[in-house]
Amino acid sequence: MTRDKGNLISGVCLFSFGIYVISVAAKLPYIADVGPGPGFFPLWLGIGLVLFASGLMFASFASSGNRAKNESQSWKTSARALAGWLAMMIAIALLSRIGFALSFVILTMFLIVALDRRPARLAVAVGIGLAVAFHLIFVIALDVSLPVGPWGF
Amino acid sequence: MDALGNLLLGFSVALTPVNLFWCLVGVVLGTVVGVLPGLGPAATIAMLLPLTLKMDHTTAIIALAGIFYGARYGGSTTSILLNIPGESSSVVTCLDGYQMARQGRAGAALGISAISSFIAGTVGVLGLMLIAPPLARFALRFAPPEYFALMVLGLAMVVFLAGESMVKALLAMLVGLWIASIGTDLFTAESRFTFGQMKLLGGVDFIAATVGIFAIGEVLVNLESRGGAEIFKLSKGLRNLFPTLQDLKDCRFAFLNGSVIGFLIGALPGAGATVASFLSYGLEKAVSRHPEKFGTGVIEGVAAPEGANNADAGGALVPLLTLGIPGGNTTAILLGGLILWGYKPGPLLIQEHPELFWGLVASMYIGNVLLLVLNLPLVPLFAQILRLPYYVLYPLIIGISIVGVYSVNNSPFDVWMMGLFGLLGYLMRKLDFPAAALILGMVLGDGLERALRQSLMMSQGDILILATRPISGTLLFIAATILCLPAIRKVRFWRVAAVEREG
Repeated sequence: MTRDKGNLISGVCLFSFGIYVISVAAKLPYIADVGPGPGFFPLWLGIGLVLFASGLMFASFASSGNRAKNESQSWKTSARALAGWLAMMIAIALLSRIGFALSFVILTMFLIVALDRRPARLAVAVGIGLAVAFHLIFVIALDVSLPVGPWGF
Repeated sequence: MDALGNLLLGFSVALTPVNLFWCLVGVVLGTVVGVLPGLGPAATIAMLLPLTLKMDHTTAIIALAGIFYGARYGGSTTSILLNIPGESSSVVTCLDGYQMARQGRAGAALGISAISSFIAGTVGVLGLMLIAPPLARFALRFAPPEYFALMVLGLAMVVFLAGESMVKALLAMLVGLWIASIGTDLFTAESRFTFGQMKLLGGVDFIAATVGIFAIGEVLVNLESRGGAEIFKLSKGLRNLFPTLQDLKDCRFAFLNGSVIGFLIGALPGAGATVASFLSYGLEKAVSRHPEKFGTGVIEGVAAPEGANNADAGGALVPLLTLGIPGGNTTAILLGGLILWGYKPGPLLIQEHPELFWGLVASMYIGNVLLLVLNLPLVPLFAQILRLPYYVLYPLIIGISIVGVYSVNNSPFDVWMMGLFGLLGYLMRKLDFPAAALILGMVLGDGLERALRQSLMMSQGDILILATRPISGTLLFIAATILCLPAIRKVRFWRVAAVEREG
């Protein structure tokens, strides 16, 4: 995807977001009994978003002819990053159910085995090692409570 | 009694074995608390406050203050090594500190952070000692219009945080301002942009957002390439693990800038160390001979904000001790402690209890020396963290982020938010939107809106109140000048180009 296409998509998204902010702010009181209301600030924020997003979209059109500036942004490798992100979000979802230690070990195994294609034994060793270190430092030494699973850790 | 005589009294109090011991305990604990994201000095001081009831009161305030300014030292460590801001005031340090680490200069970054913190912390203590009462009286002149103007001046720093595109920086800043508006409106108790979530009534947790954007965002970017890539260069030899004489020379203005700005902003209740660090960074970039290098690993970009957030600690004690006005969460708890011990913080505190005030001032000198002595030798040790293979480092960063964010409120929701902000941080990097501008908006949004609405209430809707008061008018003029800088530079560039074409 070229830089200008990226700018255009960002501009469209932020323009739409600005419209959303304005629509919500318009439902809130602009003026309250004691001065500006809760809708005052967000309304002007939304207007600013719409204006600057329009500027970004315009700039992407204006420079789209300039091939020298319009280098490609690499999005092909984003699949790995997004897979990692998704794995992290699943681990976060599992925090309350199976506890921090186990969800962290599973996440570590995914990152090392699935994304990095390294041996599972290494992944287990790293995951358990780090989980134990976190437990010793945070739970034992610093008395921080972490989510615990049904097995007590 | 003059200042020198008072200081000697203070040292006679601070240099007792008991007070020295508790000063050491305080600064070490503060450093540890500052290093780890999520664990803040406010919560630590609150937890230890009951234990201090049995202590001598001067000893207690020395220990608790040690935690307060010690945390500012520690906050830079994870910012530089792992791109995780340990404290909210260390966010700006991530911008250049982490880049320095990637270039093999983690040691230099950690070292200059400790040195700058020492210098600025000492200046902060000097300021507290010499000009606390008149500065506090000046700070009282800051009403909502002045605070609004100060926040606008802070937002004007977006000019120095923008990369190639000012429009993208402004958009990021506006999104940050919007995030700050999420939650319950302070004036009318109406909920805004909470999407029906009770947990958002209190707003978005700042630590969750910053850790997500910086730390998780960075991990996601690095996950794009599979194995083998050396993410961090590591310097060999002990000498390369510390700042060089040239580094110290390059940072001369940064030391001064951070000290003065940090102390002055710290003396304003509610302004915050994060504002001080952004302003200091912006000023450093503005006067630099190579501003385009900021954000790529420039040592002044570490020295200035780290100095500011340490001098801020001294400044924050000015309104607390002279007027009984706390500037933030941590000083509010310190105020609670003073009241609990039977003191009345205010204009008479210094006269009625000179041993408390001067003992504290002297202990801060000692504490700053202790922090430098403790932190500098640890620099090579901390830098070894970067030797960890990336398949250990990334899970470590994610783990610390999850634990740090969870520990703030014991809330899985905050960890969810961290994950979402992590995705946002990743997308912002891919699309060249500066994350620092978004954080700037988040930091200042709440204060900006509150000050603006209070100002308009004061003036019954007349917006000219912001420009007609001398201090706010001056600050707004400076902010407007800064905002016009890109346009001025562009006009100058066109004129030079036109002259060259004609020539």
